[in-house]
Amino acid sequence: MLVDRLNAALRRVPVWAVYLVGALPPFWYLYLGLTGGLGVDPVKSMEHELGELALKLVIVGLAVTPLRRFAGVNLMKFRRSIGLVTFYLVVCHLLVWLVLDVQILSQIWADIIKRPYITIGMVAFVLMIPLAVTSNNLSVRRLGPAWRQLHKLVYPAAILGAIHFILLRKGFQIEPLVYLAIIAVLLGLRLIPRARKGAGRRAQQA
Amino acid sequence: MAHRWKNDLTDADVTPMGAYLSRREVMAGVAGLGLASMAAPVRAAGLSPNSWEEITSYNNYYEFGTGKEDPARNAGSLTTKPWTVKIDGMVDKPGDYSFDQIMQAMTVEKRIYRFRCVEAWSMVIPWNGFELADLLKMAGVQSGAKYVAFETLYRPEEMPGLRYPVLDWPYVEGLRLDEAMHPLTIMATGLYGKPLPNQNGAPLRLVVPWKYGFKSIKSIVRISLTSKQPPTSWNKANGREYGFYSNVNPKVDHPRWSQASERAIGGGLFAKRQDTLMFNGYDEVAGLYAGMDLSKFY
Repeated sequence: MLVDRLNAALRRVPVWAVYLVGALPPFWYLYLGLTGGLGVDPVKSMEHELGELALKLVIVGLAVTPLRRFAGVNLMKFRRSIGLVTFYLVVCHLLVWLVLDVQILSQIWADIIKRPYITIGMVAFVLMIPLAVTSNNLSVRRLGPAWRQLHKLVYPAAILGAIHFILLRKGFQIEPLVYLAIIAVLLGLRLIPRARKGAGRRAQQA
Repeated sequence: MAHRWKNDLTDADVTPMGAYLSRREVMAGVAGLGLASMAAPVRAAGLSPNSWEEITSYNNYYEFGTGKEDPARNAGSLTTKPWTVKIDGMVDKPGDYSFDQIMQAMTVEKRIYRFRCVEAWSMVIPWNGFELADLLKMAGVQSGAKYVAFETLYRPEEMPGLRYPVLDWPYVEGLRLDEAMHPLTIMATGLYGKPLPNQNGAPLRLVVPWKYGFKSIKSIVRISLTSKQPPTSWNKANGREYGFYSNVNPKVDHPRWSQASERAIGGGLFAKRQDTLMFNGYDEVAGLYAGMDLSKFY
């Protein structure tokens, strides 16, 4: 079956490959920005590209569980790496904004407290910090069931990330709404009750 | 009357095309060595005009898409010949004026203006155009007229962005009559001595250099003189963020971002932000707003 072949192929992909590929975009954009490949306003391009890429990865990360449950595709072993790469891209996005775009410290703080879309983006970032910090085996062991509860913070973070995108566009624009809709669907799928002792559920989940 | 304003940015400030190209090559070469940060502050303080490529590849013209590069990609389909501008409302000689007819009657001059977008980026642009006042005088402004309303072409078959309700189409803008008659206010028909590219608002557009860029409405098909303040597109879409006046003002922030400083396009990745100037540096218009609270009439 196609799903089995896909899962077999995925098993052969090492997790470090995700980290390696995930680490590249900021350097690639930096290279493009320095050589004219990002157009005439490279700061904004880089800021927006990194932000959108992070949001796309948020979606990929949120898709892991429903994909396994409803389609039988198992990406579980990549989930941590997807999450950590997402966080890394968000940090880069934030750094571009801080260092290359706004530049002025007093204004950065003013923006964070005065501008709703920045406030919301910052809240989403702050929610992701404990997730990134506890994305390791030791934390999973130490926190036990609390780990799963803690990592549900990715749900509000994802929604806030999409709202952050909607708010920064001018006028009525469809693209950021599509992101929010996809995230809403992926979160909505989690509300569908599971059959008791369902076949798709395995003890290895973490 | 043409030539009522003298450029404060001169020809010497215009980067010759050749020099610009070689500078890019230099930058690319330097970047290859990983030393590009040293190449960044080539354009001192944003006072020399931006290159043709910068001005024509980075546009807000939502009729062709909301991405900055969409207009350059999609505006090629726009038919600008023939072109007529309907001038109506409170004028002595209302009617459809062809673009050629207008150009024969007007004196085109070069105006090197700072251009400040409401999104907090800026360019310096060497326009060619004529004073709006001359066009309005040609049509004969009647005594009761107090405002000028402008309208952009609405042609869905050539403007893919019109499929999306980003704004209430067609795009409309307006000025108070005294703003419209000010010698700084021009109808631009060219760039660097060449006809205006479609993505920049061909064949003729408004340029009001002391206001945020969205006031400088593109590809104009109608100009109406009115006694009442006309509706303007961004104000209709979000009145809290975009006022009728929309004068460049570093002290009045956009609700979503500060207007105190701007990124001058062309400085590259490591360019420093520069301070935004009141009226975008055109202090000569301050008298138009004497006694007005500009934080209220933003």
